[in-house]
Amino acid sequence: MLWIAIRMLTGDAQKFYGLLFGIAFSTLLITQQLTIFVNLIERGASGVYNAPEAEIWVMDPVSRTTDVSYAMPSTALDEVRSVPGVEWAVPHLRSAASVRTKEGDLEQVAIIGVDDATLIGLPQNLVEGSKQALQQPDTVIIDDGGLFNMFGPGADVMGERLELNDQRAVIRGVADSIPAFTSTAVLYTKYSRALNFVPGTRNRLSFVLVGVSDGLSAGEVAARIEEQTGLKAQTRDEFAEAGVDFIIENTGIPTNFGITVILGFVVGVAIVGLTFSLFIRDNIRQFGALKAIGLTNMKIVRMVAVQAGMVGAIGYALGVMSTAIFLWSFSGNPFFKGFYIPWQIPLISMGAVILILAITGWLALRSVLSTEPASVFR
Amino acid sequence: MTAPASPAPTETTAKTSAETSAETAICARGIVRDFQAGQSTIRVLHGIDTDIRSGEMTFVVGESGSGKTTLISIMCGILWPTEGEVKVFGTDIYKLSDTELVNFRLENIGFIFQQYNLIPSIDAAANAAVPLIAKGMAIEEAREKAKKLLDKLNIGDQAEKLPNQLSGGQQQRVAIARALVHEPRLVVCDEPTAALDASSGRRVMDLLREVAVAKDRACIIVTHDNRIFDLADRILVLEDGVVTHDGTEMPDGH
Repeated sequence: MLWIAIRMLTGDAQKFYGLLFGIAFSTLLITQQLTIFVNLIERGASGVYNAPEAEIWVMDPVSRTTDVSYAMPSTALDEVRSVPGVEWAVPHLRSAASVRTKEGDLEQVAIIGVDDATLIGLPQNLVEGSKQALQQPDTVIIDDGGLFNMFGPGADVMGERLELNDQRAVIRGVADSIPAFTSTAVLYTKYSRALNFVPGTRNRLSFVLVGVSDGLSAGEVAARIEEQTGLKAQTRDEFAEAGVDFIIENTGIPTNFGITVILGFVVGVAIVGLTFSLFIRDNIRQFGALKAIGLTNMKIVRMVAVQAGMVGAIGYALGVMSTAIFLWSFSGNPFFKGFYIPWQIPLISMGAVILILAITGWLALRSVLSTEPASVFR
Repeated sequence: MTAPASPAPTETTAKTSAETSAETAICARGIVRDFQAGQSTIRVLHGIDTDIRSGEMTFVVGESGSGKTTLISIMCGILWPTEGEVKVFGTDIYKLSDTELVNFRLENIGFIFQQYNLIPSIDAAANAAVPLIAKGMAIEEAREKAKKLLDKLNIGDQAEKLPNQLSGGQQQRVAIARALVHEPRLVVCDEPTAALDASSGRRVMDLLREVAVAKDRACIIVTHDNRIFDLADRILVLEDGVVTHDGTEMPDGH
C-alpha cells in the first residue's frame, strides 16, 4: 500500500511540487539563516582565530573581547613572563585608527601590532607578499576583506601608501584572515610601529599573548597568571567564546535571525499544512474507500506517513542543497568568506522539517481517521 | 414467487430463517440505527430482520432517505447498528474487534461504489489490484491477477490507463474488478448504474450477474434504477426504515 501512497502523492503533480516547495523553502530559510547567524557571530572571535599561536590571552580585568579591551601598562608583559608555566609571552596591540588613502578618502581601520621579533599575532597565511616584509620601514599588511572593502575587488595595493596619524604606511602584503564582525579593514604591523600609528595614551598594551610550557594545560597556566598578576587570563577557546557571547548579548542579531528562522518554520507549516490538507481532502473519498475495502487506520497512518516522509526527505534535501549552492555562489564575496554549514544546523532544520510534517500530517490525518468508511456510500 | 404487500415491518420469508443456514450469507436481526441531528435523534432503521442468501442477486430499493444505504452499510460491516446483530457467513461481525472487522471485510467483502472511488494516479490494473495489495500480495503479482479479471470484463486493453482516460462504463468495470479480484463471498454494490446510460447500465448488470453471482457468493445491490429491477433474484423494498416488501418482483404501485 505504500507504493500506492507514493503514487497518490506524485500523481497530483501540482500539490506534490507545492509540498516540495514548502518544505524546501522552509529548509532553505532555516538552514541558510542559521548558517549565516552562526558564521556571523563566530566572527566575534575572528581576532582570536587569526592569532592561532596564542594559547592564552592576558588582558585587563575589564576587557571582554579582542575589540572591547582596556589597555594595560607595558609592565604587564614582564609580570606575565615571570609566571611559571609561561613558555613565551608577547605584546599585542589592538586599536582603532583613521586612515587616509592616496585618493584622500578617510577610512576607519583596526590597527593590530604584532610582536616585533616573532610576528606572533599575524595571521598564518598571506594572500600576497611575505611576513618578512614587516621588517621593512612603514610596512603594514592589510587583511583581504579590508582590501575588498577599501579598494574594491581585484585591486593591486602592493606599495599603496596610506596616512595613519600623520605617519606614512605602505601596504606590502595581504593577509588571508577571517574577517572581523564589523567588516572593518585591519592593518597588521609590528608592535613598535603600531605605537606610532595610533594616538598616544599612557597605556598601550591591549593583550599579552602567551604560549604554555610542555606538560601544562592552558587552563592551569591561565589560572596561575590571574593569581599572580591580578590580570584576566583566558584560554583561546574561552576568549573565542567570550567574543561570540558578546555579540549575542549586545546586538539584535540573534533576535533578527531568530525571527527569520521562526518565519521559515511558520511558512513551512502554512504552505505544507495547507497543501497537505488539500491533498488529503481531494483524496478523502479514496481513503474512505480504502478503509471500507479493508485498510486499518494504522495502514492509513503509514500511508500518510510515507507520503509525508517522501515529501520531507526530498524537500529537505533540496533545501539543504540550495543553502550549499547559495553559500558556494557567494563564496567570492568577502562577507561570506570562510562560511560553512556547521553539522548541527542541518540536524536542526531536519528536526524542524519533521516537526512541520508531524503537525501538518497529524492535522491532515485527523480528517482521514475520522472519515467513516460508510461515508463512501453517501 | 409471491411478495407480501404489507406496508408494516415485514413478516416475510426472511424473518422465518431465525438461524443462519448454509445458504444464508447475511443474517440481520433487529437492526436499529439512530443518527444524531443536533439535539434530536432520528431513527433511520426500525428493527429490520432479513436474510441475504448466497447465489442470489438481491436488490435493496427504496426512495432516497428510506434507509437502504444505511442498511447495506450495516450489513457489510462499515456502520455500527444502534441495536441488533448481523451475522455474515456465520460471523457476528459487530462482536469482532475493530481490526478483526476490517480484516473480515478485506477477506470476505467486495465493494462497488456509486462514484467508483478509483485512485486517480494509478492505472486500471493497479486500481483493480488494491484489495490484493492490501492483503500483502506483491504488486506485480497482484496486477497480473487483476489484469486477468479485466480481460474477463473486456477491458484488458485498458489496464495501463489511468481512470481519467477511461469512460464511465470502463471505470465501472474497473470498480467491479476491484470488488471481485480477491474473490470475496459477498459483493455489495451501491447504485452501480446510476451514472450510466440505459444500455451501459444493462451491460454492467449483465456483467455483474455473470461474475458476481455464484453459488457460494452473495450480491447485494442498492438501487432505485427501475430499468434494472427485472434483473433481481430478490427485491427488498425499504420505506421509512422498514422492509415493506421482500419478493422476486417489485410490488404493484412502485
